[in-house]
Amino acid sequence: MHDFKTLKRLVKKDISSLPVLKISLLGDSATQFLATAIRGIGVERGFNVDLFESEFNQIEQQVSDPTSDLHAHRAKYNIIFQSTHKLLEKYALMSYKQQLSLAADRINFIRSICDIIPGTIIVYNYPEIEDTVFGSFANKVPSSFTFQIRKLNFELMLLSQECENLFVCDLSGLQNKFGRDFMFDPTIYVSTEMLLSIDALPYVASRTFDIIQSIEGRFKKCLILDLDNTIWGGVVGDDGWENLQLGHGLGIGKAYTEFQQWVKKLRNRGIIVAICSKNDESKAKEPFEKHPEMVLRLDDISVFLANWENKADNIRTIQQILNIGFDSMVFIDDNPFERNLVRENLPDVTVPELPEDPGEFLEYLYSLNLFETASYNDADRERTRQYQVEAQRITEARNFSDVADFLRSLDMVSEVTGFNRFNIPRVAQLSQRSNQFNLRTVRYTEAQISAIESNPKQHGFAFSLKDKFGDNGLIAVVILQEQSHDTLFIESWFMSCRVLKRTMENFTLNIISSWAISHGFARIIGEYIPTRKNQMVEKHYPSLGFTFLSQSPLDQSASDSSVASQYVLTLSSFTPRETCIHQG
Amino acid sequence: MLSEVQDIFRDVLDNEDIILAYETYSDDIDEWDSLTHIQLVVAIEKHFHIKFTSKEITSWANVGEMLDCILNK
Repeated sequence: MHDFKTLKRLVKKDISSLPVLKISLLGDSATQFLATAIRGIGVERGFNVDLFESEFNQIEQQVSDPTSDLHAHRAKYNIIFQSTHKLLEKYALMSYKQQLSLAADRINFIRSICDIIPGTIIVYNYPEIEDTVFGSFANKVPSSFTFQIRKLNFELMLLSQECENLFVCDLSGLQNKFGRDFMFDPTIYVSTEMLLSIDALPYVASRTFDIIQSIEGRFKKCLILDLDNTIWGGVVGDDGWENLQLGHGLGIGKAYTEFQQWVKKLRNRGIIVAICSKNDESKAKEPFEKHPEMVLRLDDISVFLANWENKADNIRTIQQILNIGFDSMVFIDDNPFERNLVRENLPDVTVPELPEDPGEFLEYLYSLNLFETASYNDADRERTRQYQVEAQRITEARNFSDVADFLRSLDMVSEVTGFNRFNIPRVAQLSQRSNQFNLRTVRYTEAQISAIESNPKQHGFAFSLKDKFGDNGLIAVVILQEQSHDTLFIESWFMSCRVLKRTMENFTLNIISSWAISHGFARIIGEYIPTRKNQMVEKHYPSLGFTFLSQSPLDQSASDSSVASQYVLTLSSFTPRETCIHQG
Repeated sequence: MLSEVQDIFRDVLDNEDIILAYETYSDDIDEWDSLTHIQLVVAIEKHFHIKFTSKEITSWANVGEMLDCILNK
């Protein structure tokens, strides 16, 4: 973690080439340093933050006045930092009745913010201050500050489940990790009205940006693990699987067991787990198959690479099989040499500097918050199996010399639907996760997808795909916008890379073209906006028979490359393209 | 000790040209304002393993008084 001084220097650098991100920060205490820290973390993670910082203690006015600076800024992300400290001041002056409804009152206010402010709302929850007015007896007293603060944090979780545009940033969790004396410095508060210590600022800014980044589609999808002395104690090749340090009882074995339990929880929530170890494969697999204290089993692992090649090459192989970006991977290895080798060769892979004592692994990893996410649904729990199935498909494909024969043998069926309450979470999630096969890289929240479904000028298509090996679930989305009575514009077309080269693109085009023709449209316009990651679809439209229309320079806020290209498909001369997929 | 504090000022204020004397006032250094003052205080506390009181932080008229305060810890 960079310190505050370093973050401050980052802000001074020339960052005009970075994509602009509009953020508002509203606090009830002095937030100048927090604003600097958020800007600095933004630069560190590749964003030029255009920050509106409201004058302190102006939250109510800024929200309720439609002509306020807050409304004029129209930020994509609005950070609300109402402090426990100021709440405690108010609480002290309240009547008994008001104290009883403190939490409910705050929740109503935050709910009104979510209704009024159009962008995403990030609310800091409330780190506890134990005022010891009742001592531990406060737990029995509904009007006590302790009771109301805990209730408030709990109700905030419920509210965030109800309001799709509300995200809670867990400041309370951060204080649980580092302690109140780390988070709050009374001498600084007295002289500046700032409620966060200088050392806490980078962590608070980082946790805030973790949320923003994951909504922006940058988050971790895969955890790659070493074996010996990382997930168990000892070297399986030398010691034999029976003598590994694992399991409960006295000694270091439980540290490894608990580490594995953490990995298992990540796997269950949709993180792909891969193994990259210098070992003989059969020896490396033995503990997974035979050791009674192993928490992780072979069916938890999507890709298992145990060999004597160098680890950077092995991680490249894992990348090819999974088809995800290096920047979505975390590599954990106890050996500093291997960590440095991977860092040097694959700088985009996140490689935590592990503590020497395995007993400290977990607490250290907790402090990094590596796996922030902006969504969670049933598809996440299915992911490991889907990647295992993909590995099977790759093996089977080798038995066919002709690709088309192989594709036909898969018996692929695609269901096509609009957006509905069952698939909206997955549609929004796919828009956030897809970086490579994504023509315009527009990220949608669930609320935005719902709005598209009810807009008569917009038409959403969701595609799922299953084959004889299994169900891939929802894997492609197209959003059409009526540009005029006879012209449709493809506002978005994105697809999971798991189903590349299956003729899904042709199938998708056939579906939207026939829909367009039957609704009286004459042409469809598609646009490609280049990003650092979507070069794969640069020739997408020409390869589908669209003809080039125009190029226009991107505005400054768009990242990386130079121009957006538009292509047109004239429907009167369209003939359906060849596909091995049937409509279900 | 003056030179140690001077190094802290240069590092925190990101300006290698700062030269401190006992009678340097905050007005003499562009980057030294009420906000960066707090950064300086925290950096000095860490460096000398000391802790100032809230009163002390706002009491110094110049660098000399700050140094006296450090010496008394």
